[in-house]
Amino acid sequence: MTSTLRPPPPAPPRSPQAAQSPAPRSPRRGRSWRQALRRDWQLYSLAILPLLFFLVFRYLPMIGNIIAFRRFKPGGSIFGEYWVGLRYFRMFLNDPTFWEVFTNTLVLGTLTLLFCFPLPIVLALLLNEVRARRFKRFVQSVSYLPHFLSIVIVAAMVMQLTSIEGTANQIVSLFGGDPVAFLQKPEWFRTIYVSSEVWQTVGWGTILYLAALTTVDEDLYEAARIDGAGRLRQTWHVTLPGIRPTMVTLLILNIGSFLAVGFEKILLLYNPLTYPTADVVSTYLFRMGFQSSNFSYAAAIGLFEAVIGLILVLSANVISRRTVGTSLW
Amino acid sequence: MTLGTKVDAPKTRGPVDSRGYRIFRVVNTVVLLGVVVVTLYPFLNIVARSLSEEAYIIAGEVTVVPRGFDLTAYKLLMSDAMFWTNYRNTVVYTVVATLISIVLTTCYAYVLSKPQLKGRPFLIGVALFTMFFSGGLIPNYVLVTSLGMKNTIWAVVIPNAISVFNLLVMKAFFESLPSELEEAAAVDGLNTYGILLRIVLPLSKAIIATMVLFYAVSFWNSWFAAFLYMDRQDLLPVTVYLRNLIAGATSAESAAADADKVQAAATLQAVTIVLTTLPILAVYPFVQRFFVRGVMLGAVKG
Repeated sequence: MTSTLRPPPPAPPRSPQAAQSPAPRSPRRGRSWRQALRRDWQLYSLAILPLLFFLVFRYLPMIGNIIAFRRFKPGGSIFGEYWVGLRYFRMFLNDPTFWEVFTNTLVLGTLTLLFCFPLPIVLALLLNEVRARRFKRFVQSVSYLPHFLSIVIVAAMVMQLTSIEGTANQIVSLFGGDPVAFLQKPEWFRTIYVSSEVWQTVGWGTILYLAALTTVDEDLYEAARIDGAGRLRQTWHVTLPGIRPTMVTLLILNIGSFLAVGFEKILLLYNPLTYPTADVVSTYLFRMGFQSSNFSYAAAIGLFEAVIGLILVLSANVISRRTVGTSLW
Repeated sequence: MTLGTKVDAPKTRGPVDSRGYRIFRVVNTVVLLGVVVVTLYPFLNIVARSLSEEAYIIAGEVTVVPRGFDLTAYKLLMSDAMFWTNYRNTVVYTVVATLISIVLTTCYAYVLSKPQLKGRPFLIGVALFTMFFSGGLIPNYVLVTSLGMKNTIWAVVIPNAISVFNLLVMKAFFESLPSELEEAAAVDGLNTYGILLRIVLPLSKAIIATMVLFYAVSFWNSWFAAFLYMDRQDLLPVTVYLRNLIAGATSAESAAADADKVQAAATLQAVTIVLTTLPILAVYPFVQRFFVRGVMLGAVKG
């Protein structure tokens, strides 16, 4: 029962436990906030301004969403005048325009996801097969370029290309068609939106995939070759699984921004004629807020949109962790 | 033919390429060249338009070569004082905003990169959560206006001062620095500020350059904040100048106006696009590599 007698026999079974139990009890872990502050106060002081930024410009607006439940008068208290409960939520759920813009959002979001998610992977795979380094670098440099342009410039370019005398109509008349005012036609808006989105984002999207491709183990290709796999099979069985974590991460992020479809671009490109296909939740919210000055109503729509976005990203994350084993956190 | 293949063979890794793969490589090159053409065409088209005579544009004859070389629109825009005021605003906003952003991001990223810091998960969580949930347009607008930032530069530069993505990239970089250097400096009597300024920052020139570029481009390109918070034309950045130009030219009222005006608008738009894009295009070849490295850094560790 003395300390000298005991150790020998129970030592082996104890050691795994011993390794675990002292850790939480170590003095480091138990250090109090006062000690931490005294030791690291200079570090904490560096965090004050950024924290203030997050508090004021990120978290205060979250709380500011309270005006979705209260009557807000422009110029009045930023938290509104009095409670109206879920009135504004009921209002937009019964608003036929809301459901129209909600559908448009889903359609545009789905189309964007359908094209803007896989195409960078395809382009990265194609680039990966190029052996001439200079040519590869040239294609990459060119394809990144549109990413650096302002949305305004992209919108202006789209307008020029689709104008009556623009390139799109030059092609139309080449095939003997009559000029079309593309941006005035609701049936063309989705095509124009998605293709300009692809034009601007695809090259940039390849960067991460190209980085991921360089980390795929060469030995796996060797092994696949020995097993008789051709290039296509090597791509399917080695390359794609190799970049799967990157794919999943980007997919989750894309899903998270699913509802926030290019608000700024749509705002620049749409007009009352194309509302039937172009008007999305965020542009409707913008008009409600700033043209109709119905701030509480617009805030309710915004809150609804943000909550759905959060739910989407959380569930995408959970699903991918359960099925693929990759997640954002 | 057979001889050629035999000579080429040792250059390729592994066994000789199959016939199918050789065909694929040809097709691949053609496809990638197609991507290049499609990407560059809009740029060339705009430049050609900006240098063309209006009559040719209206006739739909301008593709990538200027027709009836004409600099009138350039002269017209160059003589517009408001364009230059707005251009100068863009420069000022970009410089001030980038400076603020860099300072705030560097400070926070440095703090987050210290694994022994108590409360670090909380500090990271504060930033991360804002990536997935935001207050939304209306509460932000109400906040900024009630802070009295309307029609001031602050409405443009402060509310977007920290990008969480950039923060994570920078944090990853700081974490990759050898901690021994900082420990040695601490032993030599430097405090945290001294270590950051004299040891860490000089070692971080590459990442700071990347961050400057990331922020500068995003502020240079931004338009919505100014559009929302500024009523006075002399405060607008050039992106909003361009926005007003294209919004005006497409609305029905100006189409009904005299034909000359509409015709001039097409060239004028092209010129404005060219002049607004020019600075980006001018620095692009030099900074492109930085961007790529920055994004990859964030991807690997973030």
